[in-house]
Amino acid sequence: MPSQDIILKLKKSGLKGRSGSSFPTGLKWESVKNAKALKKYVICNAAEGEPEVFKDDYILKNYPDKVIEGMKIALKTIDHSSGYIYINKEYFKKYGNKLKKLIGKLPISIFLKKTEYGKYIGGEETSLIESIEGKRAEPRQKPPHPTQAGLFGCPTLVNNVETFYYVSKINENKYNNERFYCISGEVKNKGVFEFPEDWTIKKVLKETHNWPDFNFFVQVGGGAEGEIFLSKELDRPVQYLASIIVFNLKTDPYSLMGKWVDFLMKGNCDKCVPCREGLYRLSEMIKKRKIDKNTLEDLFLVLEETSFCPLGRGASIPFKSLISKVLK
Amino acid sequence: MKKVQIYINNRKIRVDEGKTVLDAAKENKIEIPSLCFHPDLEAKAGCRLCLIEIKGKKGLSTACSVKAEQGMEIITDSSKIERARKINLELIFAQHREECDDCVWYDKCKLLKLAKEYRLKINRFTDRKKNFPCHQFGPSIVFDTSKCMDCRNCVEVCQKQGVNFFDIEEKNSFFEVFPTKDKKRDCIFCGQCLVHCPVGAFESVGEYEDIEKPFKDKSKVIVVQFAPAIRTSIGEEFGMKPGEVVTDKLAAAIRKLGVDKVFDVSVGADFTTMEEAKELMEKIKTGKGVCLSSCCPSWVKFLEFYYPEFIPCIATTRSPHIILGALIKTYWAQKEKIDPKKIKVISIMPCTSKKYEVERDELEIEGMEPVDYVLTTRELARLFKKRNIDLKKIKPEPADNPLGIPSGAGVIYGASGGVAESALRTAYYMITGKNLKNVNLKEVRGMEGVKKAEINIKGFKAKMAVITGTGNAEKILKELKKNPKAYDAVEVMACPGGCIGGGGQPLPSTPEIRRQRAEALYKIDAGKKLRLAHENPIVKKVYKEFLNNEKIIHKICHTKYHKKTREVKI
Repeated sequence: MPSQDIILKLKKSGLKGRSGSSFPTGLKWESVKNAKALKKYVICNAAEGEPEVFKDDYILKNYPDKVIEGMKIALKTIDHSSGYIYINKEYFKKYGNKLKKLIGKLPISIFLKKTEYGKYIGGEETSLIESIEGKRAEPRQKPPHPTQAGLFGCPTLVNNVETFYYVSKINENKYNNERFYCISGEVKNKGVFEFPEDWTIKKVLKETHNWPDFNFFVQVGGGAEGEIFLSKELDRPVQYLASIIVFNLKTDPYSLMGKWVDFLMKGNCDKCVPCREGLYRLSEMIKKRKIDKNTLEDLFLVLEETSFCPLGRGASIPFKSLISKVLK
Repeated sequence: MKKVQIYINNRKIRVDEGKTVLDAAKENKIEIPSLCFHPDLEAKAGCRLCLIEIKGKKGLSTACSVKAEQGMEIITDSSKIERARKINLELIFAQHREECDDCVWYDKCKLLKLAKEYRLKINRFTDRKKNFPCHQFGPSIVFDTSKCMDCRNCVEVCQKQGVNFFDIEEKNSFFEVFPTKDKKRDCIFCGQCLVHCPVGAFESVGEYEDIEKPFKDKSKVIVVQFAPAIRTSIGEEFGMKPGEVVTDKLAAAIRKLGVDKVFDVSVGADFTTMEEAKELMEKIKTGKGVCLSSCCPSWVKFLEFYYPEFIPCIATTRSPHIILGALIKTYWAQKEKIDPKKIKVISIMPCTSKKYEVERDELEIEGMEPVDYVLTTRELARLFKKRNIDLKKIKPEPADNPLGIPSGAGVIYGASGGVAESALRTAYYMITGKNLKNVNLKEVRGMEGVKKAEINIKGFKAKMAVITGTGNAEKILKELKKNPKAYDAVEVMACPGGCIGGGGQPLPSTPEIRRQRAEALYKIDAGKKLRLAHENPIVKKVYKEFLNNEKIIHKICHTKYHKKTREVKI
């Protein structure tokens, strides 16, 4: 199939990146394709690292062929390109051999995510590019975007495992605007489910027989940076990362926040002041179980407005929503 | 150069394409506070103080890292920006232990200036790093991690030096900067970490708690000698412009400290030139391969530790202050009938590495160290301030005889290329018996990292390379490994622009400031009648009366080098 056609198809499908950023996939492909360069790269991000997010695990287990197929289409579409699968150690252990077999003679290398750097930030697209280049996994200043100057300065397409999976479905005309939902927490049927992307959170929980019979709240969008919603707020579809974690309303908010802040402090790169120092001051308050409203507002402001990368800019989301809705 | 048009605070501004918003603002005298940005290094955008709003862009951006784009509309001051800057400043203060009175940024601290401007509560949070340790790097540098703000400028500059002495390691959920434990890497004491640290987490050993110490012993004859590079930089500490020549004011101010004699290290440089020229001549005559300069102790240490195979190529000539120190304790002491053991020589140096150099055992003469104590430019300036000596206002007085009048060649030692130029002027004379018609060797002047020149001496084409930054020197060393005759003479100074950009110099040290300091040295040279080391009357006199046999010349003017294992203990 001519390469222009797949880009058109991607655009028509409305597929958006499934790493959580929700950037239109067709546009991204087009941008890398149209960039003028003698060498380009296609990277599959398989470094799923947010707590309670395990959809890529599920896809790699059940449909690795579709993921490789998606990459293959990308390699064909984008001239002079070769590929990388950037994968965390756990997934490599589980699926490395299978992936290698499927890759066969395709120009795709597997790159193991290094764990000595920021454990979470290593999954961010510019950080993983730095890491493949042999540097510390730290986010880059954008622009230039990876689509213009990514890996080794070449135009680079970075897509998530799930995105590549759906690319192959779109190519086969079998895509019906679904996505994979991870459901976890205090539920009966923990797991990954494929449903239409416009389903409300409520519907997803009900259809999977996971609607709790106790007072609860959910965290949507990942177990570290996901937003908190009360049970009455669930008539809305999931935006960004499709992970739903159910918590009993009796959950101790401080210990929950403590978990988040510990994860973020360990997972960030520590290069910018608001994220490094702001999260630390947040952790101080959480550990003392005493929140000063002014300080909190100040920390949220600099995190959201002045952090270097999306990790810091999104770090306030869970705390802000939990404190305003649950802790009050 | 293609220009783009942007708007800063509704003002139309044209700027070269590729420049950052911070560059554009600076060019147009629009103030945007910045802290971690240093023009020598990549913009890391870590401190998040140079915040701006860009129309159409979500959130605040940083001026140091955003390139100006056609039509960009930028606001540098709004209530949101002000509030965010203030909070980030408070967070920086919360990780930085203040020790303002003993800080290398002392009266020029950007943090304190901003604290006042933004009316901060600098102690809003408790100091996160208050119990963090200090690390000492040999006799030269102290890294106080309780002051570090994690900008990692030190990491980058040390990598650029080819030294890579710092690692980033995870500790208690933070990636922190640590001096490496790797035995294959060692500090070369250049102090560029100090120069590029925006918050004074580095200082030289003794800075400033020990600045009075060398002057205390009243039973001693105290002789102070000041380095070439200082005369055009120390004025900056007293509100003068970079490059303002203060040679005689400096001599007068030092005298006011109550010392016995003030000599000029540039005179020592003239002796170094004589000996280096001889070595150069020898190499050229015998075709023995390259001669590597030996004045910069960081460069020498770099070779001894990282490239010991080049030790035989290093000139054995001692550095200017070591030679002059030795002459003070021998030649001058005899003349003045002073017991040399009673003389205390204090060198004022633009350099942190000289504190290391003076402790080298190889330099001892007759059981004495040629130089007893090294103070940096900053330390001397601080001492003047402490004693209420205003360099700006003091009446100039020349340095003392007989070791106070240098040639112009001895003065340009402070700039990159100066040693090569001086040595060449004299080597030319030694080989041809004639002086160069044009003594200005412009090819080796300037701020570039690598400069090359080919000089015709009586039909022999001497190939020279002049380098600043040990990282830049690595390329030349690799070339020399492949072809030992690629160059006849190589001058290397570890610091950018040479000693004028040294680790002991006034802060800040930027390309523009260094350029001005260096230019002023060349102006001093150009304005002198005496521009050749071999024509300096005191040089002639000392060679006639004292340095008149090989044995004594060797003792006073030459040294040895050794392969080194790691010296810094952490």
